Amino acid sequence: MKQAVQAEELRPPVTSIGVIGWIKNNLFNGTPNSVLTLVTLFFLWKTVPPLFRWAFLDSAWHTTGQACREAAGACWSIISMNYRFILFGFYPYEEHWRPFLAMMILVGLLFYSRDRNHWKKTLAYAWIIGLFAMGLLMKGGLFGLPSVESTQWGGLPLTLLLAIFGLTAAYPLGVILALGRRSKMRGIKVLCILYIELIRGVPLISLLFMSSIIFPLFLPEGVTFNKILRAQVAIILFTAAYIAEVVRGGLQGMARGQYEAAESIGLNYYLTMRLIILPQALKIVIPPTVSILISAFKDTSLVVIIALFDLLKTTQSVLSNPEWMGFSREAYVFVAILYFLGCFSMSNYSRKLERELSRGD
Amino acid sequence: MNIEKKASEGQMIEFLDVHKWFGEFHVLQGINLSVDKQERIVICGPSGSGKSTLIRCINRLEEHQRGRIVVDGIELINNIKNIEKIRAEVGMVFQHFNLFPHLTIVQNLSLGPIWVRKTPKKEAEETAMYYLEKVHIAEQARKYPGQLSGGQQQRVAIARSLCMNPKVMLFDEPTSALDPEMIKEVLDVMIELAQEGMTMIVVTHEMGFAKSVAHRVLFMDFGKIVEGNTPEEFFKNPQHERTKLFLSQILH
Repeated sequence: MKQAVQAEELRPPVTSIGVIGWIKNNLFNGTPNSVLTLVTLFFLWKTVPPLFRWAFLDSAWHTTGQACREAAGACWSIISMNYRFILFGFYPYEEHWRPFLAMMILVGLLFYSRDRNHWKKTLAYAWIIGLFAMGLLMKGGLFGLPSVESTQWGGLPLTLLLAIFGLTAAYPLGVILALGRRSKMRGIKVLCILYIELIRGVPLISLLFMSSIIFPLFLPEGVTFNKILRAQVAIILFTAAYIAEVVRGGLQGMARGQYEAAESIGLNYYLTMRLIILPQALKIVIPPTVSILISAFKDTSLVVIIALFDLLKTTQSVLSNPEWMGFSREAYVFVAILYFLGCFSMSNYSRKLERELSRGD
Repeated sequence: MNIEKKASEGQMIEFLDVHKWFGEFHVLQGINLSVDKQERIVICGPSGSGKSTLIRCINRLEEHQRGRIVVDGIELINNIKNIEKIRAEVGMVFQHFNLFPHLTIVQNLSLGPIWVRKTPKKEAEETAMYYLEKVHIAEQARKYPGQLSGGQQQRVAIARSLCMNPKVMLFDEPTSALDPEMIKEVLDVMIELAQEGMTMIVVTHEMGFAKSVAHRVLFMDFGKIVEGNTPEEFFKNPQHERTKLFLSQILH
């Protein structure tokens, strides 16, 4: 009993632990921080309640555009009445379940691939089957599915298609370019440097223009390439050049001793790179690589300039409808949330991967 | 300890008038050296004398520009297949260990046998464990190099080379990067290796090791082998002034 009383006496003062302690330590430690805290609180008090009223209390959720104009708050009706067009573009209305299902397969596969314990042969087969199923669902023409031309593809499936295939193809290409740029073979080295510097020297928009306007001029008459494919190739080529430079940075960070140790046990160039150098170098450059992948994901919205209807363009189309004109805030908030979800899950995954790979350090 | 100091017949490595330049710097100036099978050689000399470069030429980590180097009957020329073959037969231990930090200890050891010798994984791991026992470190097999002390890492590096079942072991200042209390555990492993008759070329300033293990001690300076002799003669009666000066500096 006596001991308990003593323990009671030895507890730190109330003002340094618990909620009060936290507030004192983090919000009011010193005059400048106290002032900042008060200013921030004032700012929040001024902005949050009106925003909340606009977004939730006074908003219209499922009305016509006319009713929206009479409401004082946000017009979420623009989303609820048009979400099918925003998400799927000109894809035939009654077939919308197909791109939806394809996206679900994609998300499912991506989610399943998150766990490195699942990285086995079966996963590779699952991806092959999944890709085939997605292609079939989107294109149709088999098993009684009506054929849908790729010119009618649009919205979120198009954005995801361009982004995910763009990134997965650009990454290995970038690694090869980085290795090529450090090659001892002069010809390969010069080619890689030329490629990287030329591609990095022009904006993505100009590459997209070239792929859609100039490139067809070189094709014989009657031969046409799918427009989406051309945009896809432009995105891949563009992103690969940036990834190459980041990976090169990682390769340069590797100690000479790692190469020598690998060589001294008789590993050839290919095995040295694959088993020793790349696993370490690519791990070092995960943060900058993910930055590039995220910005490439957002850059897919530039395909609007060659008249592809990606997520952003379908949203703008809805806004040009007289009934919904003027509700751009709500529409763009919606699109921003979708983009954010994509980007945030990418950076989330990369952090998880980094944690798993840093076990050895 | 009593180590058999007679080398058996047959030549393992031969240098014939080998020259090498780093840019303008003439780092190896006409090296002639013949190493027999099971012979153990210690090379010492001041820094910049070319001793590391000399042994790095043996597995072509450095390229010589004139003269001939023959290792186990294969001449070192620019034939990539030859070089890889020689590298698999020649083990090398570095000053800074150079373990692969992203792999566990047992993976570090079994990598070479699996990918270069095409040994089945299970067998390669058994070999790895055998050599880890040998360097007294089997209990660390599942750890990563970063979790080991310097002396432990260097012993792992020795075991990694042994897993390839090499005919020659090269040691490039294996104890120079170690804290003093860890030097002995590494030298002990090297002495055990010597007792089994491994052909060894060791660049080191551990003169105690040289006295008890080496058949020959070579002194290098300015890219040349100044003198070479049995340890007894080398330490008792150094012939050249530079050798005397060097020995007085390191033996205090």
